[in-house]
Amino acid sequence: MTGADSRGAGPQADGAPERLADAVAEAVADAHRREWGFVLAATARVTRDLNLAEECVQDAYAKALTAWAESGVPERPAAWLTTTARNRAVDLLRREATLRSRLPLLVDDAPEPEHDIPDERLRLIFTCCHPALALDAQVALTLRLLCGLTTAEVARAFLVSEPTMAARITRAKKKIAGAGIPYRVPDSEDLPQRVEAALTVVDLVFTTGHTAPRGADLVRADLVDRALGLARMLRILLPGDAGVAGLLAYILLTDARRATRVDAEGRLVLLKDQDRTLWNRDAIAEGRALVREALRRRPPTRFALRAAIAAVHDEAPSWEETDWREIVGLYDVLLRYHPSPVAALNRAVALSFSEGAEAGLAALDELALEPQLASYGYVGAARGDMLARLGRRDEARAAYEEALLFTENEVEREFLAAHVAEL
Amino acid sequence: MSQYLVLIYEDEAAYATGDAALFQRVMEAHGKFGAENKDALRGGEALQPTSTATSIRGGVVTDGAFAETKEALGGYYLIEAADLDAALAIAKQVPAEFGGVEVRPLMVFDQQ
Repeated sequence: MTGADSRGAGPQADGAPERLADAVAEAVADAHRREWGFVLAATARVTRDLNLAEECVQDAYAKALTAWAESGVPERPAAWLTTTARNRAVDLLRREATLRSRLPLLVDDAPEPEHDIPDERLRLIFTCCHPALALDAQVALTLRLLCGLTTAEVARAFLVSEPTMAARITRAKKKIAGAGIPYRVPDSEDLPQRVEAALTVVDLVFTTGHTAPRGADLVRADLVDRALGLARMLRILLPGDAGVAGLLAYILLTDARRATRVDAEGRLVLLKDQDRTLWNRDAIAEGRALVREALRRRPPTRFALRAAIAAVHDEAPSWEETDWREIVGLYDVLLRYHPSPVAALNRAVALSFSEGAEAGLAALDELALEPQLASYGYVGAARGDMLARLGRRDEARAAYEEALLFTENEVEREFLAAHVAEL
Repeated sequence: MSQYLVLIYEDEAAYATGDAALFQRVMEAHGKFGAENKDALRGGEALQPTSTATSIRGGVVTDGAFAETKEALGGYYLIEAADLDAALAIAKQVPAEFGGVEVRPLMVFDQQ
């Protein structure tokens, strides 16, 4: 595993002008960002072993630094990298075959055509997001194998120690090999459920990046960008899937507000105070088109509905002109088809703006016994806001103080502490 | 192809208090499962309840199963399948109305 973490430390072209070396390094870094998953997925098909595939792909990227400096960046970098990684794999396997008969560690079916390198990323996605793996392991594997993050980077993203993350990834790979989790696209019967599992993983990456559960920054841009990249990848691979269209729309429409969510000093800015002229109009336009497509499927998928809610916010010219009745209506549909305590909490907040804070509080009270919300900081924050709007200052302060107990993101903590101090 | 052991964990109380009709229904369900998956089946047995179990640990013999749990191992099937997905597709059909099943791949020892 450590071998795969040494990327970026490859040899430099001897004597080449610095600018060329920079351009090549840039091209390799770009190919790493865009093509890692493609190259790894295609290589794993040959190695039938994820660790060996990772090693060979690593090696191909290192070779690219010298080879591309000598003969230029190839027209199709992914194909060059894949061929190089696969050749290395075949080489290693041939050498090893004389030593012992190798057990295939990845199971797949259908042989692949020889002439072109097919896009194998769907296989890799469904292997990484297999429900027989724990969700945190699914997320870690996806970031590592499809996005090419190092173990250290994945560990940093989820604020766990590197040895902990390394152990999690190793355990997951052992389960894939040991239990025979297949390296293929599931049968049509299982497919909807398995796509749902992949969407959950991407959503978790996005959610973790959108509002980091802990730490000094509100947004972890690296994770948001990875989630967006994964959603775009799924969209290319499963163009007809309404769930995928909904997820991509949801990410685009929610992330369109990223630049305005904190001020110049890094302090939290609420939706009502955000400068709407700075929202990303291209992302909103793209997201809106996808929502329309996603909502055509009945019953609507959970992400299509969440995207539609985000779209209502994005389209409101101002906070005052937000169509809260429409938002409450969309939450009602969401709760009917995809009930969850968090969605119910968000509905209560929307209700407090369409019907008034009293109605919002009553809806919150109905959720008092939800175990999933027992240590969810946003419950206290929502209650605090509603109570403050009703002039019930002492109760509002207590609610914000409760929210502080369950909030570990420092930007959010600062925001809540300021409210406590004001009341 | 790999072999998987499908372990059936169920609430024993449901059988202890069940009537003949229940017993017959469960037997028929297992008969149906066996007939529909005979190509994949390599073996399988039902176990007597945990009240008949005897445990040995460190040479000390004691009455009962290792862990007293609501759902106890009540039987197993040994199946052969191409991969985990294929094994799960079969395991989902195993009758276990008072509990569930656990699927475990058999260890394959590398032959030099």
